[in-house]
Amino acid sequence: MKEEKLKIFIDSIVKYFHYAGQTSVKIGSPFLIKDIKEVTADYTGTISISGDYQGACYFTAPSALLKHLILSIGEVDTSDSMMQDAVGEVANTMSGNARRRLGKKFIISTPKVSKGAPFVVDKKSDAHIYAIPINWKSYKATLGIHLN
Amino acid sequence: MYRLLIVDDSKLIRQKIERECDQNLFHIVGSAIDGSQALSLFFQQAIDVVTMDLTMPELDGIECIESLVRLDPDVKILVISALNDVATGMEALEKGAMGFVTKPFSGSELQSALCELVEDELQVRL
Repeated sequence: MKEEKLKIFIDSIVKYFHYAGQTSVKIGSPFLIKDIKEVTADYTGTISISGDYQGACYFTAPSALLKHLILSIGEVDTSDSMMQDAVGEVANTMSGNARRRLGKKFIISTPKVSKGAPFVVDKKSDAHIYAIPINWKSYKATLGIHLN
Repeated sequence: MYRLLIVDDSKLIRQKIERECDQNLFHIVGSAIDGSQALSLFFQQAIDVVTMDLTMPELDGIECIESLVRLDPDVKILVISALNDVATGMEALEKGAMGFVTKPFSGSELQSALCELVEDELQVRL
């Protein structure tokens, strides 16, 4: 995957956390992994990609980050179901925002949310997943991008 | 007061819209998690304004906009979606939506978009 494509997703992450307010997000250097399980946190939102691109986007985060994020949006319910909702919505927003530059044929699914082991989209090739480290406040999350 | 229906598959977003919209101007009459549920609610009660997500299970937002406008050409629909490409925005407007807010969004962005939606009618009423 070219650096310019990774930049599209990094911009989506920065924009999302900008709206969450207060502290800006810090993005670490992206690195390659073979399986999203290598970076999986408590909750993972998975978006399947089809159309001109095939693959998936994963947003995986610890419950502490999700609780803080939910509260910063103004919601007081930080229950398990709300954290599942939040992780799916973040994955949806970050991948959906990539369409500004990837176009309408970057087709995204509704989110599939998992707690613990992530929902893994079948990989049709040996393509690696780019893991983009996200540091927000004292928490760490990852956006995983797997595109053929 | 405008009767508002919120359509989004995320509870977090539905609640955010509910909290942030101007309660003096809008009365929330229902919320739906997808297009099919939105259509059912639309049959059951009078609705003036709809906030509409696009990526949803069952009936998606674009199809739902088309159906709602067919049922009531006067309904005012504001799309609130993460899909921020120009083609999708144009398609939603062609189907009958009257405004578009991109996720993530702030409370003030939502309020001004909703106000713009009903502005012309408000001036007539005043």
